[in-house]
Amino acid sequence: MTHAAATVDQMRPPYPAERGLDVYNKKLGMWVFLASEVMFFAALIGTYVILRFGAPGEWARPGIVLNIKITAFNTFLLICSSVSMVKAYAAIQDGDPKKMRFWLLMTILGGATFVGIQVYEYIHLVEHGFVPSGVREGSELAELVAKGTLPAATMGLYGSTFFTMTGFHGFHVTCGVISMTYLYLTKALPGKYSQRDYGGIETVGLYWHFVDLVWIILFTIVYLI
Amino acid sequence: MTTVAATSHPAPAHHDDRSFLRKYVFSTDHKIIGIQFLFVSLFFLLVGGLLAMQMRWQLGFPGKPMPGGGVLPETMAPGGVILPEYYIQLLTMHGTFMVFFAIMPLLVGVYANFLIPLKIGTHDMAFPRINMWSFWSFFAAGLVMLSSLFVPDGAARAGWTMYAPLSARHDLSGASFGQELWSVSIILVGLSSILGSLNYITTVINNRAPGMTWFRLPLSVWSLFITAILGLLALPVLSGAAIMLLFDQIIGTHFFDPAAGGQALLWQHLFWFFGHPEVYILILPAMGMVSDIIANGSRKPIFGYHSMVFAIVAIAFLGWIVWGHHMFVSGMNPTLGSSFMVSTLVIAVPSAVKTFNWMGTMWRGNIKFTVPMLNAIAFVAMFVIGGLSGIFMAATPVDMQIHDTYFIVAHLHYVLFGGSLFALFAAIPYWYPKMFGRMMSERWGKVHFWLTFVFYNCTFFPMHITGMGGEMRRLYDPNQYTFLQPYQPIRVFISISAFLLFATQIIFFVNFWWSLKRGKPSGLNPWQDNGLEWTLPSPAPHGNWERVPTVYRGPYEFSSPQVPEDYLPQTRKLPSDREPAAASAARH
Repeated sequence: MTHAAATVDQMRPPYPAERGLDVYNKKLGMWVFLASEVMFFAALIGTYVILRFGAPGEWARPGIVLNIKITAFNTFLLICSSVSMVKAYAAIQDGDPKKMRFWLLMTILGGATFVGIQVYEYIHLVEHGFVPSGVREGSELAELVAKGTLPAATMGLYGSTFFTMTGFHGFHVTCGVISMTYLYLTKALPGKYSQRDYGGIETVGLYWHFVDLVWIILFTIVYLI
Repeated sequence: MTTVAATSHPAPAHHDDRSFLRKYVFSTDHKIIGIQFLFVSLFFLLVGGLLAMQMRWQLGFPGKPMPGGGVLPETMAPGGVILPEYYIQLLTMHGTFMVFFAIMPLLVGVYANFLIPLKIGTHDMAFPRINMWSFWSFFAAGLVMLSSLFVPDGAARAGWTMYAPLSARHDLSGASFGQELWSVSIILVGLSSILGSLNYITTVINNRAPGMTWFRLPLSVWSLFITAILGLLALPVLSGAAIMLLFDQIIGTHFFDPAAGGQALLWQHLFWFFGHPEVYILILPAMGMVSDIIANGSRKPIFGYHSMVFAIVAIAFLGWIVWGHHMFVSGMNPTLGSSFMVSTLVIAVPSAVKTFNWMGTMWRGNIKFTVPMLNAIAFVAMFVIGGLSGIFMAATPVDMQIHDTYFIVAHLHYVLFGGSLFALFAAIPYWYPKMFGRMMSERWGKVHFWLTFVFYNCTFFPMHITGMGGEMRRLYDPNQYTFLQPYQPIRVFISISAFLLFATQIIFFVNFWWSLKRGKPSGLNPWQDNGLEWTLPSPAPHGNWERVPTVYRGPYEFSSPQVPEDYLPQTRKLPSDREPAAASAARH
């Protein structure tokens, strides 16, 4: 309850206005934006579900093509970065900008490492012959298809959906890392955030948790089942 | 938060010392952005019209050289005779330009931007810079789409609905780069709409002037707010679908290619899941603005204000659960088809509520037949015809017969031209004085209205008849079917009416440009309306108000017994009015 005064300050514009949602504009705008993001990922994930269940034949078991262990570590890393985001937010609410800077930097590092590991994963997959159009001819995976370990009929759909979904998620993580770096350099380092003004941290935090949540869904439906 | 708030809300009018570039090109002022949308989308309206004229030439006079067609390259029209592969580009791009680059930005881009902050009483949008990005991504999308007309293989060729696999595989459509540019452009349009929508929603929720409660909002703002919610949630689905289509085209994925396990029907589901809310994006703002204009032109309060609001909400909600009615002949499960049929028919109820309320507003009113009012009345009449033909095709058995015929073409033009465009012909002269400080010519506006009304009906009404007779849409030359040959005189009549309709629009464009410099100066409140925007000078200054106004009543207090005049502005304080609580919460 120590932050009551600061919170009221954020909720009110500097001119008289009819009572809205009692949420300051930036935060409300981010919630609204996330609603549209939900619809975007719903289109991609819905497509995956429909194509997978309507597929002409069996779907490849996830462990054969994808390296689940390294992605599981990556998932853990992204969840940790959500925790550090919360720590940064709590720190600035308590009026400790130094601690906030530390945790924001940790979040940026976590996100950047996630993207790095994903790029590494992509390079590895393409080397083995897994590409958006399916399985590259003459590759390691093509032999597995020939042996019958991987189903020939659905590998094209597998490649299409895998790269589109995880690619767009990776794009969102990258956008998040860029925005957080921007806020870190232009706002956090010069000490512009305070107990009375931490809108940027809270707003980018909302986005970051959303991206994290999407990944938990993607990891489950793409890598685990 | 004070520093942030100060930068996102521009200083009052007298601090306006921005450079020309910041003021008119990369402007963050919602009014300038609205006007930018107006000029650009009027240009695309003209482009879409020119494409339609070429189609009408081919349908009216198949195989004959088109006057002026000699300038087109051999790949489109050798010797001025339109080729089938050019004809399909014409119909694809006509639909695309009209839906995404003319009607949608004219209604939402122009009037959501221009009207929302003025009518709710705030300085600007919640996020002015995002608003600027919304315009510029729309502009980029328009350029990409326009450039696709000039690439070697020609523009996209799968109809504006871009059905797969024709759109997804270049070997089937015969176009390659044009097809990809279409996808890129649509992704950018989606981005523009999402950025715009999140701005409109946040602004309406959080930035209303003191006393501007939800049920004192003008119906135009209500409809634009609900439209923004539709755009926010529908456009990302289209963007997602367009991204998958683009990937099918350029990196070899197989989402929509049945030969590789993909599903062509999936495109239709994704497209129409966006597409049906889109239909209401194209009509709800028109309904809202027409409500404002009809109340003003009848000098009476709007009939059934609350039911109007709930009808808008109901139409928007039902719009999400009816997309399957575009796919009755696509091989959908008939049981599912029946439920889509029922949900579609239910939309007639809120639509009828609105129609009867407009008539109730006009009933025994002191009607002023100004140009905006004439066009608004035409909107109601034409919307009724378009709405009734919509009920025909909502019924599965009837739709089996008329699906993909000219009956559909007639219906969609009755709601898009007869509906949305007549509403725009009402809205443009109505808010023109607040944009430019001058009135459009009333006399030429009336000439334009009557000619448009006559030629418009001559153009589109006969399409019901040929459509009932089985004439398919998107057909290059219907005469190749013996049973469609007897309709050729009707097609000639439609074509000639269409040419006259197009020629009539020149009157509108000349009136629009001439009035910019020569129109009669309008003064503050030429229509004697109650809205907040009419308390400002015309054109309204940057930042709108130095101090946001206080609102004491709803926007439709016409012919009130409390005052001698026949209008009572929302900001005028009568002795019986109480100060709204929010007004006393002022901080400075």
